[in-house]
Amino acid sequence: MRRVIERLLRVLRRVAGAPDYQGYLEHCRRAGHPPRLDERSYVREFFETKRPSRCC
Amino acid sequence: MRRFVSILVWGAVSAAGAFAFATLAWSRGETVSAAWILIAAVCTYAVGYRFYSRFIVSRVFALDPGRATPAERLDNGRDFVPTGKWVLFGHHFAAIAGAGPLVGPVLAAQFGFLPGTLWLVIGVVLGGAVQDLTILCCSLRRDGKSLGQMAREEISPAAGLTAMLAVLFIMVLLIAVLALIVVNALKASPWGLFTIACTIPIALLMGWWMRTWRPGRVLEASLAGGLLLLAALVGGGWISRHAGPAAVFTLSGGALTALIVSYGFVASVLPVWMLLLPRDYLSTFLKVATILALGVAILIILPPLRMPATTPFARLGEGPVFAGKFFPFVFITIACGAISGFHALVSSGTTPKMLRRETDARLIGYGGMLMESFVGVMAMIAACTLHPGVYFAMNTAPQALQQAAPVLQSAGFVVSPDTMAALAAAVGEKTLVGRAGGAPALAVGMTQIFSGVTRVLGGRTLTALWYHFAIMFEALFILTTIDAGTRVARFMLQELLGRVWPPMGRTSWYPSVVATSAVIVLGWGYFLFQGVVDPLGGINSLWPLFGIANQMLAIVALCVATTVVIKMGRARFAWVTLLPLAWLVAVTMTAGFEKVFSADPKLGFLAHIASLAGSADPHAGRLVLNDRVNAGMTIAFTAVVLLLLAISVREWLLVLTRRKAAVVNEVPYVASAYASGD
Repeated sequence: MRRVIERLLRVLRRVAGAPDYQGYLEHCRRAGHPPRLDERSYVREFFETKRPSRCC
Repeated sequence: MRRFVSILVWGAVSAAGAFAFATLAWSRGETVSAAWILIAAVCTYAVGYRFYSRFIVSRVFALDPGRATPAERLDNGRDFVPTGKWVLFGHHFAAIAGAGPLVGPVLAAQFGFLPGTLWLVIGVVLGGAVQDLTILCCSLRRDGKSLGQMAREEISPAAGLTAMLAVLFIMVLLIAVLALIVVNALKASPWGLFTIACTIPIALLMGWWMRTWRPGRVLEASLAGGLLLLAALVGGGWISRHAGPAAVFTLSGGALTALIVSYGFVASVLPVWMLLLPRDYLSTFLKVATILALGVAILIILPPLRMPATTPFARLGEGPVFAGKFFPFVFITIACGAISGFHALVSSGTTPKMLRRETDARLIGYGGMLMESFVGVMAMIAACTLHPGVYFAMNTAPQALQQAAPVLQSAGFVVSPDTMAALAAAVGEKTLVGRAGGAPALAVGMTQIFSGVTRVLGGRTLTALWYHFAIMFEALFILTTIDAGTRVARFMLQELLGRVWPPMGRTSWYPSVVATSAVIVLGWGYFLFQGVVDPLGGINSLWPLFGIANQMLAIVALCVATTVVIKMGRARFAWVTLLPLAWLVAVTMTAGFEKVFSADPKLGFLAHIASLAGSADPHAGRLVLNDRVNAGMTIAFTAVVLLLLAISVREWLLVLTRRKAAVVNEVPYVASAYASGD
């Protein structure tokens, strides 16, 4: 049940375009290198570089 | 056997859709259930998705699930992220669906429910969804390049610059029109203004929450923000019932204009996480939830349509909401929902960088646009459930209402002042007459639908609360588009100025940020003010201009897509993009010509200037200036788009006659790891 809720929350985060640190860690694992950023730095960088994309 | 069942099923779907269309088209005077519109729309979408989108992805673009996407090859865990197709569908839909598919159909309902519904349903299958899908496919094979970059590389550098200028001009106009809708909805509405004003401190709190206090906890912050928003909604009711606080939040259109322009400037220069992003998250969740709720509510109560299939204004062209006959103006008024050039910016923005498999583009590009069209259909239903007299009284400025009175009376579209006063009192407003812009009419329609559901479930109607919830829902995501649009337009202006003087192109250099933000805000602020002081309500002249500009951007996008299809050696399939392109050229050029040169002063800018000659109206000078600016803008848009069209046609002819090599700028093939199940 907990895993289902976690999965649902992750889907919601990604639909809204929110930062996904778990996704970043998975990317690092796939790429075979250790994470360059801790969660706080990742979130900060994500928010600072995000360009909004909203239509009319 | 499987093939036989498939033929049987799709034959039944097609027959059901055709029967629903026939029922709608043949209705003459009798009340029609909204169910017929829903059946016609859903069956058409299903057939279009099953057959036409499959043809485009398999035959025209030959998408390959075994080919690695930019998200897979350039995966950086941030912009380029392989994302599941249903998650990306939600993300893409949240990005493309704004106020356009809600407001356009409401305004187009002045022609009756049939013209707008037909355009929404047929236009999306053959035009809007094709544009979104083809641009997504083009960008997908070019590492997620933007529309401007693709125009530059696939057509010519001049085409790239032309496309960029077109986007910038259109963005300024778009923001002005959306801001006008908010101003008209919040004018003299203390309840609405209080609720929307509260979103600013709520967004600031959310920004601090998710960046500093609990980094990355967007869902928590959004949940807290949503609860605070509901408290503000209830608090707004209290404010409106008490004379002192109500007076503070009762503002004129001029005062609201000054506030919204100042807000746009501040939101553009502040860091994106502080105000823009938190508001964006809040409005995304609210938008998706409300649209789903509206869909379910319509299905539960299946409201009858009180607007006739067509009104006299479709033929006469003297509609009080906006002037002009149904051709070309129904196709201009409903842009988003049928075909919107703006979607090309999203389809060549974040979405292509997140596709996990090439073939997912079909669901996201084509399916996402079908979903947006369905939102437009729901807005059309909400507007057409209103009594026509109420609809016209709400959407028309008093002066225009007086001029249209004979036609309205002969058609039976009359409503007594007492009825309007009772309706206004029921929703907690002082008046609903002359609330042009579409948002209040949509809010009343949604209120009737939601109240119907709460009544069916045995609860109270909660009319006033539903009305202000609907207004908040619309204003919140319009303001999000204003924030985001101003910032994006500022980036584009900085990029253009940076070519002349490089420091201006630095997005982190504050003097450049402030100067370019001011230019953009003053640009849309001018058009907003023009609309606010317009005695006919502003929407009647600005919304068609916005529609023309948006459809012209779609022409730019379809020129790029056609060029790519021809260069891929699939010129025999170029009709897929040429068909909507030719239609849009016909529609926008006719509308642009009529808006500038029509002899009817209600329609043509130049005729309106002539009608003001020698006028004793103290505002005549300003109205003449506005008409001149609007005419100039329309001519400028038309010239820019015709130039791009001419450059594109030349490129097509050069390639087709083999006088120029067909260079396809696709990235080379790389096999996908996902195809092997990794």
